[in-house]
This record gives sequence, structure tokens and C-alpha cells, in this order.
Amino acid sequence: MSKVEFNKETGPREVFCGLTSIVWLHRRMPDAFFLVVGSRTCAHLIQSAAGVMIFAEPRFGTAILEEKDLAGLADAHEELDRVVNDLIARRPEIKTLFLVGSCPSEVIKLDLATVAEKLNKRFLGQVRFVNYSGSGIETTFTQGEDGALKALIPLMESSNEEKLLLVGTLANNVEDRFKKIFRNLGISNIESFPPRQSTELPKIGKNTKVLLTQPYLSDTVRDLKHRGCEIISAPFPLGIEGSTKWFLAAAKAFKISELKVHEIISPLINRAKLALESHKEILKGKRLFLLPESQLEISLARFLHNECEMDLIEVGTPYLNKDLMKEEINLLPDNTKIVEGQHVEKQLDRVRESNPDLVVCGMGLANPLEAEGISTKWSIEMVFSPIHGIDQAADLAGLFSKPLRRNQILTSKTLVTH
Amino acid sequence: MELTLWTYEGPPHVGAMRIASSMKDIHYVLHAPQGDTYADLLFTMIERRGQRPPVTYTTFQARDLGGDTAELVKKNIKEAVERFKPKTLLVGESCTAELIQDQPGALAKGMGFDMPIVNLELPAYSKKENWGASETFYQLTRTLLKEKVSSSEKISPLRWKKLGRRPKVNILGPSLLGFRCRDDVIEIQRILSEQGIDTNVVAPLGASPDDIERLIDAEINICLYKEIAEASCEWLKRNFGMEYTNTIPIGIKNTIEFINEVHNKLDLPLTNKEELEHKSKLPWYSKSVDSNYLTGKRVFIFGDGTHAIAAAKIAKEELGFEVVGLGTYSREMARQVRATAKELNVEALITNNYLEVEDAMKKAAPELVLGTQMERHSAKRLGIPCSVISTPMHVQDVPARYSPQMGWEGANVIFDDWVHPLMMGLEEHLIDMFKHDFEFVDGHQSHLGHTATKTKDFINSDDKKNNNPKEGIIWTESGRAELTKVPFFVRGKVKTNTEKYAILRGILEISDETLYDAKAYFS
Repeated sequence: MSKVEFNKETGPREVFCGLTSIVWLHRRMPDAFFLVVGSRTCAHLIQSAAGVMIFAEPRFGTAILEEKDLAGLADAHEELDRVVNDLIARRPEIKTLFLVGSCPSEVIKLDLATVAEKLNKRFLGQVRFVNYSGSGIETTFTQGEDGALKALIPLMESSNEEKLLLVGTLANNVEDRFKKIFRNLGISNIESFPPRQSTELPKIGKNTKVLLTQPYLSDTVRDLKHRGCEIISAPFPLGIEGSTKWFLAAAKAFKISELKVHEIISPLINRAKLALESHKEILKGKRLFLLPESQLEISLARFLHNECEMDLIEVGTPYLNKDLMKEEINLLPDNTKIVEGQHVEKQLDRVRESNPDLVVCGMGLANPLEAEGISTKWSIEMVFSPIHGIDQAADLAGLFSKPLRRNQILTSKTLVTH
Repeated sequence: MELTLWTYEGPPHVGAMRIASSMKDIHYVLHAPQGDTYADLLFTMIERRGQRPPVTYTTFQARDLGGDTAELVKKNIKEAVERFKPKTLLVGESCTAELIQDQPGALAKGMGFDMPIVNLELPAYSKKENWGASETFYQLTRTLLKEKVSSSEKISPLRWKKLGRRPKVNILGPSLLGFRCRDDVIEIQRILSEQGIDTNVVAPLGASPDDIERLIDAEINICLYKEIAEASCEWLKRNFGMEYTNTIPIGIKNTIEFINEVHNKLDLPLTNKEELEHKSKLPWYSKSVDSNYLTGKRVFIFGDGTHAIAAAKIAKEELGFEVVGLGTYSREMARQVRATAKELNVEALITNNYLEVEDAMKKAAPELVLGTQMERHSAKRLGIPCSVISTPMHVQDVPARYSPQMGWEGANVIFDDWVHPLMMGLEEHLIDMFKHDFEFVDGHQSHLGHTATKTKDFINSDDKKNNNPKEGIIWTESGRAELTKVPFFVRGKVKTNTEKYAILRGILEISDETLYDAKAYFS
């Protein structure tokens, strides 16, 4: 392991909660509905984070707790029953309904597991009910996906068939690319989790080889291990280096030679390097500060340093699973400063002191930092854009070079005005 | 429990944030979990604010719940006070913290600070954003002025005469995330100063706690947005005798009435009465022949109370529209909206469910929708032109240019903003008229990319949804052909009316003649 500096920080945090992940999960599984059992704050959070007003009728909603629901839990269960009945009558096409716990439902100890169990019996053969918590007292942002996937594992049937299982939500086009490359490598049985239809859950067992596409799935990985799955240890497929090592690790697990991998992906690497050049020109030598939010920060730091030659000031992450991130941390330059957790005020002090060229942060902080003359990139875009794989390496770099290029354009004086 | 897919208003603590963020030298410690920090983006993204809201979130976690969350609250309060040195501290809790009952306000008061502390108790499970904003502004005003209550004489609106200076007023209610507040304040101040009236304090927007303490230097209060300021105005009236205005100066008539009301209260002679009619271009633009086609346009209105009521009056009296629907999501304003609706002979729609609003919109078959960002989306789906008149809003509703809703310039802005989408409607009509010409390219759309429902889809849409058309009625070939000739923006209404007529007469097949019979029947 490289000599990386680990720090922990506690204090006020400026991050989304796990409910936010509903925004991409519901798009991944168009036959599923996400029902948050929470407060008006939960509803307002999701619609604000997602800017969902464009949807006619979204496939997520909130059963908003009211005063009378807090008075007696028995009534709250009944009320939830009523809301679910109405919802299913209104949306008969829904195949899986996720009951999503929130901060208030966790605090009043609303037992969504029991509710889900009862509903499963009643709607047997029509709708499946799954529950998990996306509450901000337990989860940060992407951890919501971890919870949702973990909740689906008990529904996955067992099979000893050998397969490659890609775990973590990917953009559909990226997923198709990956599958094509794996088929070219000679791996034919490939499935994804989460699947594109909530009812088409992959079967798993001791011959399932799990390849993670996202770094924030600690609990899911643990449960997949319990089901006998083999977890392939690899960095994450962000950038050329990460993706190459990721393909190599998968190939090794399937006893496919390195030579074969290089043969297939070399042309991809060559064109990706070419595409990366113009971005590297802008990013090279620029100093980067990553604030914690998506847990993608360490992989992004590795990519932006190793392939785009940026200097790393500080790499924040809301949560660090050293085991899962082992391969990534090994690729980081010596003396990289990783900070787990947050004290947002102290961290912003460090941002100002270190005078970075680019800060990766949440939407609440971006404009205030820009107003102070510091260029920013919103971290939420990382989870909404197709950024995985060799073919997307230049697009990924582009997310970071764009704000810098824009800044250059706006501050340069090329037009003579009279 | 209420199933909510989308909500017009946020929780009450977001209302409190609107007050805190609008002001200077204030800090708000909010006992809340980390997810609640999303609210910052409302200010930094929608309002494009270059400063973070002055809010410290305690961001307690599950593991803190077993321990001492009260200590965590105190630690955050201490750090926030040291770092931000506010002149007044707001302390409160969001929905989750309300359940664990740490009483952060009481904790803060026990910490020995010199500054005034406002303990905000905003019931998250029964109240909403605007109420929270109103309550926060009220509690803040009360806290900062209560000591002056007993010592003060009642403030006479005529005091300025004795003091030998121009009359002074406060403008209360404008806040961040309010609709065009930034520009309304400038417009109203301009109007008042033209009348020889000085502005003492604008609050909460841009005010500091010191300014709040100076509120009683004015003679009367201008209550600009009732949703935010009425409770405070009422308290100032009860305790200091300060009178406040009731008229919201949106539209020409209301602006003139507002000026009259202010003059009457201050007993200040109104010397330029005749001029007022000509301060805005709206009356002439509305009178000019080009506007003839606006007559009787069917308009559907939904928004917060202040803007919905004002819009109804302008639509009917100043633009000659027909109001076919009026509603609000603010329960606090329901009574007033109902009263206005009654005058207009429509039933008021009071709801927080946007799907109900969309249904009502569909049924009313309007030619123009005036609503929030959500109604803009609904109207777009239905192919109806729309103008946004109220929060909740989108980043595009905070325009770079000066564009108030109130006063003379506000009326100009309103004329343009409401009529331009209709121009687009006229343009669509022309496209419809000429669509059989060989020059016409299929799929041609107006410059605004307006997505009106295609004739064919429209006629077939109902059949697709339910295989038996309404009550077994069939549209014949000639009936369908005739319907395609009706301009798109009234086609829905014509179709419904014709079917209604057919049912009434027991007609089973609608031909072109039935269409004309129905037209004659309903005209």
C-alpha cells in the first residue's frame, strides 16, 4: 500500500442523504416505485436534488407522516397500508415497490420490514415489497443504492452457473459497451445488478464472480459474499488505468490471458489517450481539492492525478472502506491526504488556505466558492453522467476541464472593444 | 399520512432559512440530520446566491442518538457563534430533531450569550414553508422589539407631521425564494419616493437585526406579501399601533388603490392622481386594437394566495380575459382566494396536489395558464401556453433583467409575459390555417418550440385510453375532419362541448353538422 495519509474529521457535514440515490435507481428500474416513508423535508429534498418537475408522474413519492401518525404507531401502519393500496390502484404497472425508511421513520421506529412482509402476502404475484433505509442519520448519498441493492439480495435465487455479475448502477449505454467487451474477451454469461427490470434479478451462487462498478457498495458486497459469490478485487472502471485493471482482474478470474485482454482493449486505450490529450493540457499541474459526497472521490483523485496529471491537495470521502478501496489506494501517489468524514467549516478554511484551481463539491457550496473566485465542479453530476469505462475517460476528464476552460475564456481579453 | 409525489412548499424550517438568508448578521443553528443540508442549494442554485445560507446544521447521526445529542447541539451553537459572530441567533429544529426533543432553543438560551436568541418552534408535521417563514419573521420581530412595547406610545400614522419630516414607511415581506421580490422592492420604493414617502426599513430582504429594532421609526407598514409579513404587521399594530396596508400593488388598479390607501393612512394629499393612469403602458396596450383578440381568452390561475388573487383581478379587469379557474396551494390564504373565486363565479381549488391542479386545468380547457413552475410543466404537456406568476420557481424565474410584478413596471412586465405566450398561440393558429399549403413542412413549430398536441393524436388519444368512446358516441369521418379544422387551442373545448351536446340530444354519431349544431347551442 502506498504511503497515503489517512485523517478522520467530525463536525457539521454538507452532504446529501441516501434518499437522493432514488433519483438514478428509479430510472434504472422503470418497473419499480420508490415510496419514502418520511416527512415533507424528504419529499422536498428529492424533488430539489432531482429537479423532477419535468416528470408527469414520477415513480417515486413520499408518504408524509402527519401529527396523528406520530401519536400511535398502530395507526401509522394502517395509514401506510392505505397509502400503498391507493398507490397500487393508481399505478398497476408497478412490479416492485421499495418502502424506503427516512430519518423520522427510523427515529419513531416504524417497522417497515414487517409492513413489507404483510404487504407481500397480500399482493402475492402482483407486486413485490422490499424495504431499506435511505435515512440521513445512517446513510450518505450513494449509500442509498447500497441499501436498495442489499434489500434485493434475499429475493435473488441461487444458481451455481458460472457468471460475471456487474454490481452497481451503470448508464445503459456504458453497460452495453462493457458487456460487448467482456463477450469479446470470451466471457459470455454476464449479468447486471441492479437489472433493467426489477423482476429480472440475476441468480447467484458460488460460481458468481462479482465485479463492482461503483465503490459505495460495502453492505451489498458483504451479503453477496455470504451467498457464496466471489468478489473480484479491482480498482473501479473510471479512466483508462482503472478500467484496464478492472478488465484484467475480471479476465484473471475467468482464466483469460492478459495478452487477450490487451489485444481487445489496446485500440480502445489508444483512442482514449488521444481523446484525453486536450483535457490533460488544461488539467495538468492544476491543484485539486475534493470535498466528500459520492464516495467516488478516491477513484476520481486517482484518475485525475495519474492520467490527467493534476496535483491532489485533499481527497475527502464521507466514508472509507479500506478493504474495498485497497486497490484504488495503492494507485494513489505517496502522501495523498485522505480525509474521511467532514467538518464543513474547517474544510472550507483549508480550501481557502490552499488556493486550489478546482474544487469538487456539492451544489450548495459551488456558487459560493465560485463567487470567491474558486472554480468548482458539482459532484452530483458524477452519478448522473456516463463516466465509466475506457471510452468515457475523455468525457470524465471533460467534466473537470470544462469549468477551468470556461474560466479561461471568461477571464481572457482577446476581443478589442472600442 | 399523505401520499405526495411533489410538493409546492417545503417544510417550515426552509421558510425559516428564507428569512435568515434574506437578512444580514443573523445565524441559524438548525438541529437536523445531514440530508437536510440539501436546502442550501435552493438558495445557491435557484437564486444563484454567491453566499452560503447562514445556517449551521448539527447533522446528528444514528450513533449520536444513543449518546448525548444535546451536547452536540451546544457544541454546534458554540462554534457557530464564535465563527460567524451573529448579532441575533435563530435556533430551531427540522422534522427529525423535533422527534428527539432536545429543545435546542432552550439549550442556546442557557449558554450565556449576550445576543438575542430566537427559539423557533416550527411544527414540521403540520405546517409548511410559508408558515415557517411568517412565524420566523414574526418571532424575530417580537424578540427584538418586545422590550420597547410598554415604553412606547402608540404610533400615529400622522406622526410625520408633528416631526416635521417626510412620512416614513417600512416595506415588509420580501424574501429570498419569493417571486420577483428583489425587483418589487425597487419598484415600490420608487413609487413611494415619487409620492414624497421615505422608506425606513425593508425587511427581511437585506435587513439586519438593527434594522428590525428601527421598524418603529416608521409611521406605517407596507405589507407586501401577506404570506410572510401579515403576522408581523398585525403584532406591530397591536403593540405599537402601527397601521399596515392591505392592498397588494400588482396590476394598475391595485397599484392605484395601494397609493390611495397609503395616502389615506398617512393623511398625505394625493396630488398626481391623473398622472397615475399613464405611468404604465398596460392600459394603452390593452386598449390598442391589436389586443382585441385577447377578449374573453380563457385563463386558468393557480399559485400562492397573493399572486393568484392579483392575477385574477388583472386578467378580468385589465386584460379582458375570462377567468375559468382559480386556486392556491396556500391554506393560509384559502379564505381570500375563495372570496375572489366567488366574485368570478368559479369554484376555488385549494390543494397541494399538482395532479388535481392538472385535472382541473384539463377540465377548464383554458387558452392560457398562469401558475407556478409545476403548472408550466402541466400546461406544456397539455399544449397550453403558460406564464409563471408565483413560487415555487425555477432558476429561469430569477431573471437577470429588472422584471418586477408590482407597480407600473410590474404591470408592463405582466402584459408582456402573459400576452407573448398567446401570440405564440396565434402563430400556431396561422400554422394550422396554412398547413395544407405545399410550403408547409410537417412538424413545423413555433420559435418557442411549443409542443401543441398534434390534431391526429388528440382525436385518437381518448380512444386509445378507453376503447369505448364517451357513452358509446362515435366521431364520423366528416366530424373528425371538421374537428381538425378547429384551431388547436380551442379544439379540446370544442370536442368536449360537442360530445356533451351529443349526449344531451341522444346523438350517437358526431358528424360535421353535429359540430355546428353544438357550436350554435353553446354560443
